[in-house]
Amino acid sequence: MYIYDEIDQRLVEERVAQFRGQVRRYLEGKLSLEEFLPLRLQNGLYKQRHAYMLRVAIPYGLLNTRQLRKLAHIARRYDKGYGHFSTRQNIQFNWPELEDVPDILAELATVQMHAIQTSGNCVRNVTTDQFAGVAPDEIVDSFVWCELIRQWSTFNPEFARLPRKFKIAVNGAKTDRAAVMVHDIGLHAVRAEDGTVGFRVIVGGGLGRTPIIGSVIREFLPWQHLLTYLDAILRVYNRYGRRDNKAKARIKILVRDRGPENFAREVEEEWAHLKDGPATLIPEEIERIEARFTRPQYEKLPERDPGLDALLERDKAFAAWYKRNVFGHKVPGYAAVTLSLKRTGVPPGDCTAEQMDAIADMADQYSYGELRVTHEQNLVLADVKQSDLYAVWQRARELGLATPNIGLLTNIICCPGGDFCSLANAKSIPIAQAIQERFDDLDYLYDIGELDLNISGCMNSCGHHHVGHIGILGVDKQGEEWYQVSIGGSQGNDAAIGKIIGRSFAKEEVPDVIEKLIHCYLAHREHEEERFIDTVRRIGLEPFKEYVYGKSDQGTPAGARQLATA
Amino acid sequence: MEKVIKARRLVPDNWQLLEPAEGQAEVPAEGQVIVPLATWKAQRERLLARGNVGVVLEPHEDPAELAQDLGVLPLVAVNFPNFQDGRGYSTARLLRERYGYKGEVRAVGDVLRDELFYLSRVGFDAFALRADQDVEECLRAFDDFSEAYQASVERPLPLFRRRLLGV
Repeated sequence: MYIYDEIDQRLVEERVAQFRGQVRRYLEGKLSLEEFLPLRLQNGLYKQRHAYMLRVAIPYGLLNTRQLRKLAHIARRYDKGYGHFSTRQNIQFNWPELEDVPDILAELATVQMHAIQTSGNCVRNVTTDQFAGVAPDEIVDSFVWCELIRQWSTFNPEFARLPRKFKIAVNGAKTDRAAVMVHDIGLHAVRAEDGTVGFRVIVGGGLGRTPIIGSVIREFLPWQHLLTYLDAILRVYNRYGRRDNKAKARIKILVRDRGPENFAREVEEEWAHLKDGPATLIPEEIERIEARFTRPQYEKLPERDPGLDALLERDKAFAAWYKRNVFGHKVPGYAAVTLSLKRTGVPPGDCTAEQMDAIADMADQYSYGELRVTHEQNLVLADVKQSDLYAVWQRARELGLATPNIGLLTNIICCPGGDFCSLANAKSIPIAQAIQERFDDLDYLYDIGELDLNISGCMNSCGHHHVGHIGILGVDKQGEEWYQVSIGGSQGNDAAIGKIIGRSFAKEEVPDVIEKLIHCYLAHREHEEERFIDTVRRIGLEPFKEYVYGKSDQGTPAGARQLATA
Repeated sequence: MEKVIKARRLVPDNWQLLEPAEGQAEVPAEGQVIVPLATWKAQRERLLARGNVGVVLEPHEDPAELAQDLGVLPLVAVNFPNFQDGRGYSTARLLRERYGYKGEVRAVGDVLRDELFYLSRVGFDAFALRADQDVEECLRAFDDFSEAYQASVERPLPLFRRRLLGV
């Protein structure tokens, strides 16, 4: 956990005072609705379907238990007793009163938290791999770089009024678990042959209305130049990104319109002026930031706990959970554990205040008082002794957090959807629940194997449907809610955008459609190791369309159904 | 007279901002005037001889176009037709950092209380407030934050370097 120094703390407190004044002026009628809008957004405050929604930053997904208990307190005192962990590794409260928000922010500041730039047309909360700092395939500890970027982006005056929101992700390991190919800027750590740390810079990826895989504009950026290079990219975007059309205002459109090579050249030209300037990073600053992170005092343990195998042998349910929800650790004898917030019947990512308190107790007891939020909307205890895994599993099971489905079909990524969000075309949470109910049989789920199923309630793609192996998108047709299905998307090192299989479906049809896609996969896979996504890549869309629509009606709008392709 | 803040004080001001017009703006013979870039380019020699002339840049206009003239201009204004259009922030930084402009950089247009802190950090040193703004409120805006992480025109060294130097 990064521990604030006096200045970090003061800035957050000054922000609370500033926003308190803005709310006061708004309520007094001195700030118009239009003028208040960007101010409240840059403090995480949205207006939703039923009420305001407050999005609290969890920088790069890292939390300590004091903070989690504070979130539980806020859920109880100012909300309806729960919070929603989002795909940006943040937490959202759906029912705060505007008048209370300055007080909520003041409470957050006491535990070094805030809602700064969690919304609005500015640089948002930077995200990273949930296994940063513990992953066996680590290149660098991305938290350190994320914190540097957090400070660089916080109240950055030049980039406070961008054309549109701006999302940066950092991945510090060999495997991409931060989705760097689908961010405005993705930074993938690289180590040069001589050991120098740098970043591969990817720009212009994104989901939303126009899903695009990002373009590499620099293969190796030495770490010293990270911030000046970000300045150069942001300046080109700030000056030339489109401002006439909200749907075309993201950097991906600028990169696409100019061509990645031209865009890269413009950035390099801008950077030539900034390179080696005062914002160039220095080793002392990296060391200072590193030293402000708490680090677990790991015990010296054997590579594998001697009791673990017997327990796995004896207890099948534990073994199933171990297989899906336990991740390796770079320190011998330790493991990282994912607590699933994807239990059937619960909106994905939702967590009650009681669960938060109980999870905080678990993290204190078993994982050095810290935890992480994943972009798949789960929680991770990153530093669990292998010898504690059985106890952690038992406790997680009591709390309903041990669904052994990480990486499987029912670990659905899902936005809040039409139940809450004023942007949504359609509900998403009930769709997730209907699918989870259909695939409630664990043996079947394991047989299907790894599968990412993502649901978004509208084109804003908060549920990342484009990069789901199966993606579901809520669409509006003459005021009714329909669902478009795509397959073949993926996140990570081989990121791809899914392809739509054909005309969209009514809500009740969706579980059947998913089941037909699964049947097609099971019929065509060559062996058990071939994942759903592998089969899609090998055989293409056609066989799946046939399973879903039948041979005569391969997704064309002319079929018996009254609907056109969305 | 416009409400103009400089050095955290409301100051008397006589600069007249000429609205960009179709064709050439008519530049009055007397007084301090701020002319559109196109007018400046078209009448450069005459305006140089006249003196008391500043130039206003619109959000899409590149400060590079003024680079050769910055030595003789006492004032460059940057217009914010809408406060949410942040291009002018980059314009001001470029004027100061890239082109070394030492004269007055004035924010004009939709200049609001809650933008002043950011504007003051990227190189603006004069703020022509939108007419409805409360001057007292605006003067407080400069104290919203006591520190900043980034390098800026106001403080060219980022916090991480100043920390090391103890300044």
